[in-house]
Amino acid sequence: MTVVASKQASTRQVAPGQALLSVQNLRVAFGETEVVKGISFTARPGSCLAIVGESGSGKSVTARTLVGLTGGDARVAADRLDLDGTDLLALGERAWRRTRGKEIGFVLQDALVSLDQLRRVGAEVGEPLELHDWGDRRSRPERVVELLTSVGVPEPEMRARQRPYELSGGLRQRALIASAIALDPRLVIADEPTTALDVTVQAQVLDLLAASKERGTSIILISHDLSVVARLADEVAVMRDGEIVEHGVSRQVLCDPQHEYTRALLDAVPSEHTRGVRLVRGTSPSTPRERRPIDRGRPLLEGRHLTKVYRGPDGVDRTVVDDVSFELYAGETLGIVGESGSGKTTTARIALAMLEAEGGEVLLRGEPWSTLTQRERRPLRNRVGVVYQDPLSSFDPRWSVGRIVADALSRGPNPPSSAEERRTRVLGLLQKVGLGEHQVDVGPLRLSGGQRQRVAIARALAPEPELIVCDEPVSALDVSVQAQVLDLLTDLQDDLGVSYLFISHDLGVIHHMSDRVLVMKDGKVVERGTADDIFTRPQDPYTQRLLTALPRLEQAS
Amino acid sequence: MSAATLSPARQRTGIRLAVRPATVIAGAFVALVLLAAVAPGLLASGTPTQIDLTNALATPSWSHPFGTDEAGRDLLTRVIYGTRLSLGIGLGATGIAMSLAIVLGFVAGLAGGFVDTVITRVLEVFFAFPALLAALLVIAIFGPSVTTSIVAVGLGSMPGYARMVRGQVLNVRQAGYIESAHALGHGRWTVLRRHLFPNAMRPLVAVATLGVGQSIVWASSLAFLGLGVPPPSPEWGALLDAGRLYITTSWWLEVLPGLVIVLFALAVTSLGRTLQHRLEGAAR
Amino acid sequence: MTTLAPDVLAPVTPTALPARRSVRAARRAALKAASAVAVLIAAASVTFFAQLAIPGDRATIILNLQNGREQKWSSSELSPVNEKFGFDHPLLTQYLHYVGGFFKGDLGTSYTQYRPVTSVIGAQILPTLVLTVGALVVAWIFALVVTVLTVRRGRAVTGIGSSFEAFTASLPHYWVGVILLVVFAVKIPIFPVIGGDGLWGTVLPVLTLAIPLSGFLGQVTRDEFDKVLDQPFITTARARGMGDTAIRLRHALRHAVLPAITLSGWALGALISGAVIAENIYGRPGIGQVLVTAVNTRDVPTVAGIVLVVAAVYIVANLLVDLAYAAVDPRLRAS
Repeated sequence: MTVVASKQASTRQVAPGQALLSVQNLRVAFGETEVVKGISFTARPGSCLAIVGESGSGKSVTARTLVGLTGGDARVAADRLDLDGTDLLALGERAWRRTRGKEIGFVLQDALVSLDQLRRVGAEVGEPLELHDWGDRRSRPERVVELLTSVGVPEPEMRARQRPYELSGGLRQRALIASAIALDPRLVIADEPTTALDVTVQAQVLDLLAASKERGTSIILISHDLSVVARLADEVAVMRDGEIVEHGVSRQVLCDPQHEYTRALLDAVPSEHTRGVRLVRGTSPSTPRERRPIDRGRPLLEGRHLTKVYRGPDGVDRTVVDDVSFELYAGETLGIVGESGSGKTTTARIALAMLEAEGGEVLLRGEPWSTLTQRERRPLRNRVGVVYQDPLSSFDPRWSVGRIVADALSRGPNPPSSAEERRTRVLGLLQKVGLGEHQVDVGPLRLSGGQRQRVAIARALAPEPELIVCDEPVSALDVSVQAQVLDLLTDLQDDLGVSYLFISHDLGVIHHMSDRVLVMKDGKVVERGTADDIFTRPQDPYTQRLLTALPRLEQAS
Repeated sequence: MSAATLSPARQRTGIRLAVRPATVIAGAFVALVLLAAVAPGLLASGTPTQIDLTNALATPSWSHPFGTDEAGRDLLTRVIYGTRLSLGIGLGATGIAMSLAIVLGFVAGLAGGFVDTVITRVLEVFFAFPALLAALLVIAIFGPSVTTSIVAVGLGSMPGYARMVRGQVLNVRQAGYIESAHALGHGRWTVLRRHLFPNAMRPLVAVATLGVGQSIVWASSLAFLGLGVPPPSPEWGALLDAGRLYITTSWWLEVLPGLVIVLFALAVTSLGRTLQHRLEGAAR
Repeated sequence: MTTLAPDVLAPVTPTALPARRSVRAARRAALKAASAVAVLIAAASVTFFAQLAIPGDRATIILNLQNGREQKWSSSELSPVNEKFGFDHPLLTQYLHYVGGFFKGDLGTSYTQYRPVTSVIGAQILPTLVLTVGALVVAWIFALVVTVLTVRRGRAVTGIGSSFEAFTASLPHYWVGVILLVVFAVKIPIFPVIGGDGLWGTVLPVLTLAIPLSGFLGQVTRDEFDKVLDQPFITTARARGMGDTAIRLRHALRHAVLPAITLSGWALGALISGAVIAENIYGRPGIGQVLVTAVNTRDVPTVAGIVLVVAAVYIVANLLVDLAYAAVDPRLRAS
């Protein structure tokens, strides 16, 4: 009965508090591997259930199973999979098509690839209307404009005529949501809807889903990010390896977790509370040692009035780094935080002297650095290491882990003199970053993301640098792996006294790692200071706005 | 885990190290052709010039699997003996095309700026001449011969390879590991020698393999038009040229040597693609 | 109140006015046209210098060709030839005359027929163009039908589709032509052995060219189709309740044909190569016959002229493809 074509919202018979979607003992397998191993939950009208987990937890497969899009060779079984009295397992393809978009809306992450680039935004948003025979050729475009207006897209008539790539990330994501809620479905499933969005935009998108929830829609939110979930969810289910390990009211799960995995996961989230605390639960540094004091004498690395201008394809010059100055002292971590397009990575590349600035100068230990010729700089390169966001692409695909590290060793002040010494020192470095002998002869392709980043750190350490530039080093990692890598970087600093220039978009990570912080926006430094000052007493309105938008665990309702 | 990685297609395209039966068959056929080129006597009992006028234009049978030609010569024997020259033309033309392409592609890709613009433009002009027609122009100027065929096919197919090499060089130049090597303080030549050159060259092995098959097809097309290796030779293209007179009566003179060329091109393409996938799989 | 405040933080995206946009589009088209003309001039230069590359004295060669024997000719015999062909002018004058003449429809004089190359080629170019364009259209239809029907349709169907494409893509034109001729004109005489340029006689030559090309276009389109079907926006469309056929036709197809479209200009060049062969097999009028005769008689100006005309067709075709591509992919218009 639920699939009767009807425009009114009067089919909402489920009383608040009663289950709209009931899932009991859901199992999904691809071939021999079971990826969802008997999970149960319910979704209620006007309420949000969050399913949280890391890569491989089975949360995305679960989401897709709920819209019948698990994939051709998947086997789906459940004791109960029921949307308001309709057995979803029994639905044929035809019936599914009438349900999708109409009864259940589905929002994916990153609208740039989740909307058809070659079609107009209006056609994309209006497609569910057309598919489910809502209105006619004249009324549909009007409805599309209404929908875009309702999700807060300014100038909706014009936006409807544009294509997805012509819209900003936030507007695109709003359009994607508008398309999912076009027919006012009773259940909306959002799979990482805010991943890849800047924190301010992220907040707006979450507000949008909250508004939908207020109107009585049932929302299932899939996310890897516990803080994002805190903002919206009424109930939280934590998934690991295809099972729900903890399930309860969101405040209780996030503030008083019972299961060990949930606790570890929560501990791993870097924030203002985690400074100086280990992120990986129950571990301690391999060599317990007091942190080396920061030498506040002459700066180790100093940037003076750096300016970088790029000419866009339209012939207009854009200043991507605008009069940026900074100083970094020995043993210190300087964090640079900013949203996409703020110029933080460009600043890092100028600091590395991989990119020439139009104006300004970078000094290393008070000596010229950026103004040297390539040839003069080469022997000094070993004093500055680098760790990138994507370690895999920074390794020659033909080289083994051992060779990558050995190559870096040879650039150090005292390169190994024999093959034997080289092997010993490579092993030593790998051990220092938590890798073992069995990884020496492996290609980086065979390693996990966290292991790859460890190899990259070992490579950066090999020539015994005074400074390592870390450009979004943990952004591609799961939170628990991120915690391990951040702990490792902290240990290495305590142990070796190395300085970090740490670039990240993640305010929590920056707060956890940095002694002092620069906040960048549109190429300019809008605020600078100690991490505590910036995060507890922000002066600049932009910083204040960032911090307000920042999702926090304490927001759990 | 993003939704896309779960789809069965992605799993299908994963690196597969097991050898497919098609690859085995292709490999066996190429090996057979190589054997025919090196030691034709091992595969054929008679000689390619043995005339038997009483048995002219015989249809394929057990004693003459490919039939006989107008002089009663066994066609299969002629195909086997023609292999060496055909393969030589294919290898020679690919060699010429690849060497020129590697020089041009690397110079353009590494030098960048003005040099790159000039080379790219010149290649664009050469691209405007379809391979076969460019080859015909070379033949018109120098007259048909084995050497002309090699040079003509080589020059005709060079621009495509050069563009590919240049693209490959530009790709590798932007790779993260090149920047990492610079960040470690390695010199320009060291980076070029240790990272850029080997990584840019790797996929070209597969491309060259595919190229040999293509070159043989082009050379035989020239011969088919009567502008390649002239007929008394048992070269594959020359056999096609010789058989054209009898096309309405004795189909096997065209169809069967053509089939050998098609099968060889298919086998080489299949091997080249397998190689390509493996190299890509190992690289990514 | 469900309406949220407009997104004040969103950067203002370039909302170019239609007028400014069309000006930009026109400028880009003009730029492309200018660069096409430059390539044409360069192509004309290449064919001019190719003619100089011929070993020996050109006047002697012409007289040799005419008389069918090789000998030394006296200067009184050579000078009228030199004068007629303009060999007595300085090289630069000859060059400018050739390149300039090309744009006025003058391609020099044939060595063997003593008349303008333009009149030797004459009306032959039209049937060849009909053949190649016909083949391009047929190839696209084959490729699209096979791809849309077989991509991602279970192991067996997909396998058949992709094997068929891989097989046809590697077939040489002469072999397809011979097989079609033997089967459909000799063994089962549906079509004439000597085609002529009538509609019925055009069927086999068109198929000869279209079959290998359709395999090639199909492979390229299939690879892309396969990739596109894995894209999140396809999942989004499915999640709206769209059926498989509609997804393929309304979303995936447009993305999937893009790479093959860019190759269509190149394909036209390859088709003309194939047309030379097909015309020879089926005795069909066109530049193929003229070309092979000219190469055989070493009539270099005629060969060069034909090659240059084909290059011009190729350049113009690619210019059109470039402009058409922007119509299919609006992303190019925006950037």
